[in-house]
Amino acid sequence: MAIFMMLKKILDTGMVSEMPVPTDLPACHDEQLLQSRICEVFGRAVAIRHVDTGSCNACELEINALSGPHYNIEGVGVTFVASPRHADVLLVTGPVTRHMESALMAAWEAMPAPKWVVAVGDCTGHDSLFGENYAVHGKLAEILPVNVMVTGCPPSPANILRGILACFQGTMTIKHVD
Amino acid sequence: MKIATQQWPFVTHGTYIWRGHVEIAQLLFLAQSVKDEGGQLLALWGVDNRHVDAGFALHSVFLVAAGLCWVVTPLAAEYPHYPDLSALFPAADRQQRATYDLMGLVADGAVDTRKWLRHAAWPVDSFPLRRDFLAQPTAGNDDYPFIQVDGEGVHEIAVGPIHAGTIEPGHFRFSVIGERVLRLAERFGFAHKGVEKRFEGLSLEQGAKLAGRICGDSHTAYVMAYCMAVESATGTAVPDRARWLRALWLEMERVVNHLGDLGSLGNDAGLAFGFVQFWRLKEEWLRLSAALFGHRYLFDCIAPGGVARDLTHAGMLVDAALQLAQEASRLREVYDEHAGVQDRFINTGVVSARLAAHLGLTGLAGRASAQAWDARVQFPVPPYDVLEVKMATHQSGDVFARAAVRFDELAESLRLIRKIVHDMPRGSVLHTPPHDGATQREGLGWVEGWRGGVIMAVRIGVDGRLDRVHPHDPSWQNWPVLESGILGNIVADFPLINKSFNLAYSGVDI
Ligand code: SF4
Repeated sequence: MAIFMMLKKILDTGMVSEMPVPTDLPACHDEQLLQSRICEVFGRAVAIRHVDTGSCNACELEINALSGPHYNIEGVGVTFVASPRHADVLLVTGPVTRHMESALMAAWEAMPAPKWVVAVGDCTGHDSLFGENYAVHGKLAEILPVNVMVTGCPPSPANILRGILACFQGTMTIKHVD
Repeated sequence: MKIATQQWPFVTHGTYIWRGHVEIAQLLFLAQSVKDEGGQLLALWGVDNRHVDAGFALHSVFLVAAGLCWVVTPLAAEYPHYPDLSALFPAADRQQRATYDLMGLVADGAVDTRKWLRHAAWPVDSFPLRRDFLAQPTAGNDDYPFIQVDGEGVHEIAVGPIHAGTIEPGHFRFSVIGERVLRLAERFGFAHKGVEKRFEGLSLEQGAKLAGRICGDSHTAYVMAYCMAVESATGTAVPDRARWLRALWLEMERVVNHLGDLGSLGNDAGLAFGFVQFWRLKEEWLRLSAALFGHRYLFDCIAPGGVARDLTHAGMLVDAALQLAQEASRLREVYDEHAGVQDRFINTGVVSARLAAHLGLTGLAGRASAQAWDARVQFPVPPYDVLEVKMATHQSGDVFARAAVRFDELAESLRLIRKIVHDMPRGSVLHTPPHDGATQREGLGWVEGWRGGVIMAVRIGVDGRLDRVHPHDPSWQNWPVLESGILGNIVADFPLINKSFNLAYSGVDI
């Protein structure tokens, strides 16, 4: 009975996955080019390790939203992994609380080179609403070599994906995705 | 105001909110009276009043039949001690420890005096929320004294602060025999951002922005509670339409979180279908929120004195709510029919009604364990006084019950949304609070968020800026209950049980 109901629902729903977000950065216009770039660098999908350094949790909601059916992230070659040892990209949210600093550094050090850092959300940067005080460090870029900064509070899932993909395009100066 | 059999000197301080001073010598007696009446302790925090020559104060908030009692107990500057309340109300335990870490107030007679929010970022003998706090951040790692469980065949599994998936930071330490959990110890504080310190000196508008980012999944509940507190302190009359819009957003927030959780619960029970379907609905709802109000999570729609956005496409929202209600009820049938899901949900992570009452389990998890409290029902502020919210409760206290409460509340919120849109009065939406004030003013806000009751206490200084703000998340009460709910279950069920509570980290680490 449950199977029948599920099949019917699946058929009624149809496909909701969308085309992967186009990246508007010049080096890479289409998804295939991007995928081949990912393949060139890694020979496989790009693996992401996320670390929350005291976010309000809304950035996590948007990162998680990427795993929903609308965003075909595996389709563009992006996977989330549990161990930093398997990760290429460190995706960091939150204003870097002092209580998370050592865990963040441990995750970063465990990652094999080459590796990238993507900062997600306004509170990782200089616009942090949480400021700088006895409990928070503030700017992630002062602690880790940030490659891409995705602005927004929280940034949309599409922009987070753009930010991840921007790592593999062009030179390695900090890019802003907003 | 009468609590149990005693008359207490409390005066009304807003709708269903009472406030009064209770001396140290009387505090335990009051707490016992609350307990006798079947009430609970919800929140507890410290205030530094030494700059006005008044020592410190312990603030506590009790839930009683008449509403909330906001109790202020003055403490001497040179001896800021108060009697332990955690023996009567276990929910006080971590809050008392946090109050020591941040303000240096001591709970005399408390059994557990370990640190709670402090790891190593500031020294043991300095207290960040005191006005004269100067300490520079210190380096080092947390040396938290976990309680060891010994015995033949017992071993420990430690996870976190970074978890396998994309979730907030926290540490869990399981003591297990085979696969069964003997004990779970939680260690939090990783997301501590010094938010209370940050509030000091902000303007009322800046404060609203910060309040909404204490716990992002409950943005509306927090800003609403904050604004209610500010409006109560400043005597601002909020326009009717603004109240209705706030309620609309509060219900929309409940919808989006329940959708996400129901999907994740399906996923953790091995039903990917449930995850995909619910997360599709969630994404569509988020996009609708963005289209109607300019933000997927409705950030910054509410402002002190009213709201910053209005509803223009009522028809679109009503249609979407109707369609979502139909889809959700069909998905509920699938969950109910699916033997695998039912097998994982039923009798997993049980919190009995008795344990729930003893530990003060609150909000949706409380209602799933027969704790029939919902501020929208018992203490309805406009427009809830005319909406007739139907409370969802369950008896069994397991994962199944927590999912069932979510299903019921989802349907009810979608009904409320349609009713709110239909009955909403026209008119202005903002009366900015007056900035002039000759004296310090205080206010308390209380909102039934999707997780439970969010409380926000605000004190505004003579300069019209924030002087002291204390946010309270219902997860303070509920986290310790998870430590009990997991006992006897297998470790592999922890993700499912944890998800069925879905408690806040950032909200309690403040
Ligand atoms: S950027 Fe905004 S949404 Fe993201 S964690 Fe920070 S405060 Fe929350």
